[in-house]
Amino acid sequence: MSTMTVESFRPVAQRKPKTYLTEGGRTLSSWLLTTDHKRIGILYLYSIIVYFFIAAVAAALIRLELLTPQGDMVTSETYNKLFTLHGVLMVWFFLIPSIPAVLGNFVIPMMIGARDVAFPKLNLLSWYLFNAGGLLALYSIIVGGVDTGWTFYTPYSSSFSNWHVVTMAAGIFVAGFGTILTGLNFIITIHRMRAPGLRWHRMPLFLWSLYSTSVIMVLATPVLAMTLALMALERIWGLGLFDPKLGGDPVLFQHLFWFYSHPAVYIMILPGMGVVSELITCFARKQIFGYHYVAYSSVAIAILGFLVWGHHMFVTSQSVYAGFAFSFLSFMVAVPSGVKVFNWTMTLFRGSISFQTPMLYALGFIGLFVVGGLTGLFLASLAVDVHLSDTYFIVAHFHYIMVGGMVTAFMGGLHYWWPKISGRLYPERLGQIAALITYIGFNLTFFPQFVMGYLGMPRRYHAYPGEFQIYHILSSAGASILAVGYVLPLLYFLWSLKYGKRAPANPWNATGLEWQTTSPPPKHNFEETPVVTGEPYQYSPEAEEEMVHG
Amino acid sequence: MKFPIFPPQGSEFSKEVDYLYFALLAFSLLMIIVVGGPMIVFLFKYRRGKPANRRWPHLPANTIEITWIGIPVILMMGLFGWAADLYFKQQRVPSGAMEINAIGKQWMWKIQHPEGNREINELHVPAGRIIKMTLASQDVIHSFFLPAFRIKKDVIPGYYTTEWFQPTRLGTYHLFCAEYCGTQHSGMVGRVVVMNPADYQAWLAAGHPQSTLVDEGAKRFRELGCSGCHMGSSVVRAPPLEGLFGKPVPLQTGQVVTADEGYIRDSIIFPNSQIVAGYQPVMPTFQGHVTEEELLELIAYIKSLGSNPSPPPDATTESQP
Repeated sequence: MSTMTVESFRPVAQRKPKTYLTEGGRTLSSWLLTTDHKRIGILYLYSIIVYFFIAAVAAALIRLELLTPQGDMVTSETYNKLFTLHGVLMVWFFLIPSIPAVLGNFVIPMMIGARDVAFPKLNLLSWYLFNAGGLLALYSIIVGGVDTGWTFYTPYSSSFSNWHVVTMAAGIFVAGFGTILTGLNFIITIHRMRAPGLRWHRMPLFLWSLYSTSVIMVLATPVLAMTLALMALERIWGLGLFDPKLGGDPVLFQHLFWFYSHPAVYIMILPGMGVVSELITCFARKQIFGYHYVAYSSVAIAILGFLVWGHHMFVTSQSVYAGFAFSFLSFMVAVPSGVKVFNWTMTLFRGSISFQTPMLYALGFIGLFVVGGLTGLFLASLAVDVHLSDTYFIVAHFHYIMVGGMVTAFMGGLHYWWPKISGRLYPERLGQIAALITYIGFNLTFFPQFVMGYLGMPRRYHAYPGEFQIYHILSSAGASILAVGYVLPLLYFLWSLKYGKRAPANPWNATGLEWQTTSPPPKHNFEETPVVTGEPYQYSPEAEEEMVHG
Repeated sequence: MKFPIFPPQGSEFSKEVDYLYFALLAFSLLMIIVVGGPMIVFLFKYRRGKPANRRWPHLPANTIEITWIGIPVILMMGLFGWAADLYFKQQRVPSGAMEINAIGKQWMWKIQHPEGNREINELHVPAGRIIKMTLASQDVIHSFFLPAFRIKKDVIPGYYTTEWFQPTRLGTYHLFCAEYCGTQHSGMVGRVVVMNPADYQAWLAAGHPQSTLVDEGAKRFRELGCSGCHMGSSVVRAPPLEGLFGKPVPLQTGQVVTADEGYIRDSIIFPNSQIVAGYQPVMPTFQGHVTEEELLELIAYIKSLGSNPSPPPDATTESQP
């Protein structure tokens, strides 16, 4: 049983519950013009599901094509457009907003005991910018498609590929402003709107991770916007920044691009780490081991993440000495990630562990993140990276982090907060099955890619030598299992909206402030501002066991 | 269906990379055991409802944290140093290398041998020799990837990059373009054929090259009119090129640069960007007039001009001003 961290809390369950889903109306315009952070979170959820499934269809077509060595199902041009579409939509229109903009939006104000984020209207604007960008990206795909890969390397993008690359870049540019505003909103919300007594070192770790993420969003996204703008202007006016014929340097683009995109990799994992800290503590009924270490490791990752971009360029003509520095710093960024994993493991020690769906996802996250993180060391190792860069080893590595890590954590978080979001319980057994299917499907899809990567199979290949086929078949088979693992939750979540059991205020007996209000919460979250008097995660495994044994 | 699990080791260097790879695998396994072992034990032992001692002991938390930060950091520094050392070796071309040029263009590899042999998407090399590849791109970024030799280098338009390998095992190996370069990227593949030195000589002879790379360069040098200013008595207007290669060149700006392949390339394409001290910027640009292949021929010719003034190019062939 959780120890109450909140005083002067008056249960509101007895009264006719007012919820954010009904308060303020149920009309379409009440949703599209809402400034309620919870409704905006839901709007983001709907949007990213659409982008996710479009990008997932592209992935499915890619995996089908790669079943055979010959490029026989789609043309090379289509294939290249498919992986570009997959990358662009998954990175900017699914992963980056996934945990921050959906779960973060929904949970942050409640977690800090606030009525909303600092700038509710700005929050809604972020969503519109995000979708304006998304529609521009989709427009670029419908009118012809872009075949540059999500990395837009010059001079291919700026002088060779088709013109839709300009609208695509514009889409990401516009969506980027949404990201910047979201980051800004979260930073100010966390600084200014915490409930009385909620000192920094009493904040749940999810907030630390989102705070660090927001800092990256605010500092790095403008660099991406500038870089893509320069690429587009080069395309339109022939500025000569990247085109060697005009004295430009194509590698300059890579430096600028990765100065954003490497920190962005941490936007795509830090929030997941935050979710996992919530889940592990709740389902092991334990206080987190080494709170300060876990909290500040997020900050360390956010800082070090800005200093490692050069490890994407070990095989360009980058100076050998720059290579040493970037390699060293890349090893260093593994340290705070390792600290988190060790502390999560230690948190399980002498806990009272149950295996509900969110916990299965959290444990799956740790397993996949450990593999993703360790293979990152292979790529940080200079001489080995020379062999591995631009092969399937890289593809496998970043999918272990972004899908194995971030998407798994997102699914865990979505299940965990679903009763709060929808006011309904999802079917537990089905949830556990889906989590297991995802785990098996994911490993079967991506583990073979490590092996073929070391064998030398290059990425972004439409056709390939026959000796790699066995690994592509395994990978495609895994992808079909993985698809089941993602479709199943979508179906039972929808089912639960109508048929799921009504959720109590705190179905997990969790300690966070968000569980101290009704499910779903009223529009302004709390009847009275909660007051925090202690540390987070005041769980007691012994009390939990006493309950189990009566 | 084939089921390969490990790429062929075409050189001694590839074995060295593989040792490091195995060390990384061993480190990874160690970490997986260190994290996964206790985790699995805890998950069974402290399952909800299972009787166990759950009283929290007093642990030296900071000592524990420092231990599990410190030990991996030390091990990782070892891996970092090892990889950096090997990378240094990989990036410095040893002396005495045989030089072959590769030009990447959408979507093929063109190979130039010094003897004048040319190949497309095939690279024949003799076993035992150190092969230095000078890489140029005609259009976008490509990457010259030889998995059997564990080497890869981006091929970047606008300047030259190099990589080297020393094949020790006869056989045929993959050549891939590793950097996405457009529609037929996956068609930009070829093979490396490692031959006995004797067979290699026979192969070169069987190719019946018209003339060597240097001779081709000399021909271009005349055709493009370079000889008009850079040769013989006209060296008042333009700096002489004999003995230039590898020497320091003082510029008008006071800078001193080394006359390497990249410098010569820039001087032909962007003649006004680096004016040699004491000369006027009168040279026209040759951008658009020479292909990457011709540039490499010109460079081979200029490299061949020793410190002694070379005999003027054969006057029997027609020359343009």
